Amino acid sequence: MTPVLEVRGVRLRRGARDVLRDVTLSVGAGDVVAIMGLSGSGKTTVLRVVAGLEPFEAGEIRIGDATCGSGQGRRDAGHRAVGQVGMVFQFHHLFEHLSAIDNVCLAPVHVQGVSRAVATATASRLLEDLGVGHRAAALPRELSGGEAQRVAIARALALDPPLLLLDEPTASLDPARRGEFGSTLRNLAATGRALLVTSHDDDFVRDWATAVVILADGEVVEQGDPRDILTNPRHEATRALLRSATPTLPRWPS
Amino acid sequence: MKVTTAMNATRSASLLAGLTMVALAAIAVPHVSLRASQPSFFLWGGDAEGGAPFVEADPHQPDRVVGLDVEIAELVAHALGRSPRFVQITFTSLDQSAARGDFDLGLSGIEDTPARRAAVAATVPYYEFREVLTVRDADRDRFRSFADLNGHRVATLGGTIAYELLLAAERDHGIVAVSYDDDVHPYGDLANGRVDAVLLDNVLADRSMRKVRGLYTNHEGVAVGHYIGVLRPTETVLRDQVNQILREAMRDGRLEAILRRWNVWNDDQPPLFARVLADAPVGATAIPETTPISTLDMTRRYLPSLATASLVTLVLSCLSMALAVVSGAGIAIGRVYGGAVTRLLLTAYVEVMRGTPILLQLFVIYYGLAAVVRLPAFVAALIGLGLNYAAYESEIYRGALEAVSRGQLEAARVLGLSDRQTLRLVRAPQAFRLALAPMTNDFVAMLKDSSLVSVLTVMELTKQTQIFATNLGSWVIPGVLCAALYLMMSLPLAHLARRLEAAWQAPTAS
Repeated sequence: MTPVLEVRGVRLRRGARDVLRDVTLSVGAGDVVAIMGLSGSGKTTVLRVVAGLEPFEAGEIRIGDATCGSGQGRRDAGHRAVGQVGMVFQFHHLFEHLSAIDNVCLAPVHVQGVSRAVATATASRLLEDLGVGHRAAALPRELSGGEAQRVAIARALALDPPLLLLDEPTASLDPARRGEFGSTLRNLAATGRALLVTSHDDDFVRDWATAVVILADGEVVEQGDPRDILTNPRHEATRALLRSATPTLPRWPS
Repeated sequence: MKVTTAMNATRSASLLAGLTMVALAAIAVPHVSLRASQPSFFLWGGDAEGGAPFVEADPHQPDRVVGLDVEIAELVAHALGRSPRFVQITFTSLDQSAARGDFDLGLSGIEDTPARRAAVAATVPYYEFREVLTVRDADRDRFRSFADLNGHRVATLGGTIAYELLLAAERDHGIVAVSYDDDVHPYGDLANGRVDAVLLDNVLADRSMRKVRGLYTNHEGVAVGHYIGVLRPTETVLRDQVNQILREAMRDGRLEAILRRWNVWNDDQPPLFARVLADAPVGATAIPETTPISTLDMTRRYLPSLATASLVTLVLSCLSMALAVVSGAGIAIGRVYGGAVTRLLLTAYVEVMRGTPILLQLFVIYYGLAAVVRLPAFVAALIGLGLNYAAYESEIYRGALEAVSRGQLEAARVLGLSDRQTLRLVRAPQAFRLALAPMTNDFVAMLKDSSLVSVLTVMELTKQTQIFATNLGSWVIPGVLCAALYLMMSLPLAHLARRLEAAWQAPTAS
């Protein structure tokens, strides 16, 4: 079975700095792939390139049947991904002037041309499934961090994309909620979606990801089974990452 | 009667002028004390802006004034053994300045009216004029009286006897009275067809006939009036002295010589002189109502026109603001999304509109374009205000559009919205909320700036107030009424804006 997402040899420079160097990774249907790395290693940039928000210099990105080469403008890149990629930003970026359910309905109604009634019904079910059905009428500023994240996931899923990108989804959750969230991700993957997630949290990745990619200075230094890699790190960058990820706050026993 | 040039139209913002006078009081005080200690000066006031042939800047030496009133003032000063000194006073403020004692004598083609006589001390008349109708040559046999002009637009200088006559003719003969802020443009607009007749005194009509071709003045005259000098109401002794000097000059031919020198002498003057010298009544004044009426009555009479003028102000401001909002949004979008050339052109537009006076823009649109397209005054005012404010609105919207965070736009892009959809569905709605407060501010400013369009003969609230105040001879009641009317328009607006803002901020039911 061909993977949903294939990133091959992607290079991106900003000024004199290499942000991504020959990044290659793939995510198959049902996979939850986590990208880990220190701040500035390029995790978020990988998601942005895949989502079509950043142009890149060299390499190739294939999502489903659509392939995007380097050199394509930002605009083309964005449109290539329509309906193929859903993205959940670290700070959610929910449309501030729209209620939760209107955030979810926007793309189905205006991009796919779905009738408002159908879109609303679908959106309600999505919000319900994600446990925020009761917040449908709330504006983004009235939502808690966790609620906003679930609404953002519902919005990203509204076009039913085969690939879902989540940038630092655990950052806005307290530890007690992470398990719950992890199982939500697993459920999404179980329906045949491919998930690509950036994270700082090695415990979360060990428990819930099907694969991990370690990124250092824009380069993939290690990838494979998270239990294996995060338990027996081979690369110095991975060891540095695990040291820095050691929690500074005591964890309450659950 | 006296004259203002077109470019002097700033004076139309005369509430400001009224307030300025209060501020000027402090400056004027030293004048008074100066006079007390140095009685050798004879201060006389007039308006030299476009004031030919009464008072105007000497073309050869612009810091000097010349004119028939200048010579009469010199004559009076010398007879009193004092040397004349000219004080520039805005024409519409002459009465109030006289009442305050800013000068000894005001001379500037000032009409004799009952209201004026009630407010200041007036000299004997020194010139008799006729209010005459001027029409286009082709209409000389068609339009011979007000009755012939039923349904036609007749122009004059606002706040004058001629304007009162036109208002009376509006009631009696169905003409349409049009008020100008100066006495030059009525003739220009007559020639190009914006109005069908002009009623002004023979002195001004003759002067304009020499400049504008293709016009005909019917010298029979609709009414008769007189020019007088004005003094502080308490200066009755000085007034009697001035009257004595004027009578002397009538008797010995010096006044005639002055009037002849300025080409305004005619057969109407000897009978006037004879009546003045005989201390006989000088004949009917031109004003339709000769009985002085009380302040309360006059206020009551002006209320309907003030209400109409408020409506004009409100409708004009709303329409202009609508134009400004639509054009401003277009400009802002062009500047944010457009190519280099579009951006350059729009930036140039904004800088030109913001960097030049709105009065100049109004004149260019109304008079400057008259050769190409003859816009009705209201339309020209609407376009002028709207296009000027569009520049300011566009800057607000541009700032607001750029204040919408990049994350919002990226979220829209990842969902597959086009740039146009992102603007319509995400960016513009959020920007509008940011722009609301400054927009309200501009709307209130527009209500007040709309007073400037009186220079295009649009009778809005400030202009109507000015006419009211001129006829009443006081700014107190007109000023308070006018301020109250403006506030009645602006306060609900501010309230509405606050409610809208609150509605967007309040949590919705969850």
